[in-house]
Amino acid sequence: MSDVTLDNMVGHRWRKPAFIKNVALRWTLILGFVAYLIAAFMTIEVDWGRVYEGLDRGWAFVLAFTSPDFTSRWSDIWSGLLESIVMTVAASVVGIIISIPIGLGAARNVAPLPVYVICRGIVAISRALQEIIVAILLVAIFGFGPLAGFLTLSFATIGFLSKLLAEDIEAMDRVQAEAIRASGARWVQWINYGVQPQVMPRLVGLSMYRIDINFRESAILGLVGAGGIGATLNTAFDRYEYDTAAAILLIIIGIVMALEYLSGIIRARVQ
Amino acid sequence: MLQLRKLTKTYKTGDQALKAIDLDVPKGQVLALIGPSGAGKSTMIRCINRLVEPTSGEALLDGVDLTKLGAGALRRARREMGMIFQEYALVERLTVMENVLSGRLGYVGFWRSFLRRYPQSDTDEAFRLLDRVGLLHMADKRADELSGGQRQRVGICRALIQNPKLLLVDEPTASLDPKTSRQIMRLITELCRERDLAAIINIHDVALAQMFVPRVVGLRFGEIVYDGLPTGLTPDKLTEIYGEEDWEATIEKVEDEDETEAAE
Repeated sequence: MSDVTLDNMVGHRWRKPAFIKNVALRWTLILGFVAYLIAAFMTIEVDWGRVYEGLDRGWAFVLAFTSPDFTSRWSDIWSGLLESIVMTVAASVVGIIISIPIGLGAARNVAPLPVYVICRGIVAISRALQEIIVAILLVAIFGFGPLAGFLTLSFATIGFLSKLLAEDIEAMDRVQAEAIRASGARWVQWINYGVQPQVMPRLVGLSMYRIDINFRESAILGLVGAGGIGATLNTAFDRYEYDTAAAILLIIIGIVMALEYLSGIIRARVQ
Repeated sequence: MLQLRKLTKTYKTGDQALKAIDLDVPKGQVLALIGPSGAGKSTMIRCINRLVEPTSGEALLDGVDLTKLGAGALRRARREMGMIFQEYALVERLTVMENVLSGRLGYVGFWRSFLRRYPQSDTDEAFRLLDRVGLLHMADKRADELSGGQRQRVGICRALIQNPKLLLVDEPTASLDPKTSRQIMRLITELCRERDLAAIINIHDVALAQMFVPRVVGLRFGEIVYDGLPTGLTPDKLTEIYGEEDWEATIEKVEDEDETEAAE
């Protein structure tokens, strides 16, 4: 590069080198993507007549939020709510307990290769199967009710928590753990002293977040018969009791916000 | 006490970090290992306690070849070698006391360590060591609340509570200011004398090494190119270790600093 001399550089404009150097390729990609986007939007059909008719129904639903009916179906709401809370707590606890060993196994810097492959496999399966699909399968096996919901949420928690925990372990400070190993600690002591303190805040934060998700999911799982507040919500929609449905949604929103607030406090404390 | 015999480390990339190192360290001797970055200083001490696996050669500690030990025997051998790290390597979210006591992990069972119920003799020794380095009042503070110099003192306590025969010290002063660096070096060398401990101290600050240790080993490209008294480090020798540079200033500075030190 003989032309990199000061005389050649001074007076020239400087620009950040482009991410894709080839000009033709760069513009082909940009224009191609824009064309695809336009074409994609054109394929989405909108039946404006249907939308006009539906506006009334939608408006009724929105209006219901101004007069939510907590009382007339209160016993149904209450039992659904209790079922959801039981499902959430039980599934979160079981899921978290199972996630910890799998998370350790799925971290390449802690686990030997065969264990790593198996644990990553479990994580991949759990994450590939969406909650609703798992719930439909489990309802088919165990019948309607919260058992199917509990198992679904536990299964989903494992995929979520193990993966994120493993990633946090892989990103930990190697030297802190090395210092513990240098003292002659056993593997379990090494995990307890060298690894656990480093990942604990994240584990607590993720667990809180997962409890939050599990509660929201429990409201959805009822739609496919896996128990919880979702079942009550589904019934209310089926009967066009929008005021009861609105009451249930308000309760769900309230609980999720309370959980969010609580997890914020807990996360700040374990930092 | 420690003997290295043709100790060699070749990394997977083909880089020869250590080329058949031969070195004898008698009991109670403190030795400084100097050399430019990448000379293999850090690799060498990590090959001794096998945080890095040596490729070939022997490392004998009291006649036992460390390079051939199985997992259990290696754990027991590691108890005999305390290590002090460059960036302190304290577990940040544990308390000072937990960090010091973690030096006993090789001696206590899992449940004792998990429940933090160490034998009274261990706890007493931890208190004594913290008092010796002037940090007894910080025992229940979290490690990340301490300053750099304080952290390194805790690191020293953690290494000493192992009751080791040998200290492996990796750039103990690299992240400290000049005054704290001297205090830490003085503390390490004093403690070694009190306990008749041998130590290998990796250090890139030649002047600091000359001030505190009786023997200097110079490493360049994985080979020992100097082994002798600190006073024997002439400009020629330093050029051999580090490459061409004006060394007069470095050497003179040592003498100046010694005078100011005495005046303090």
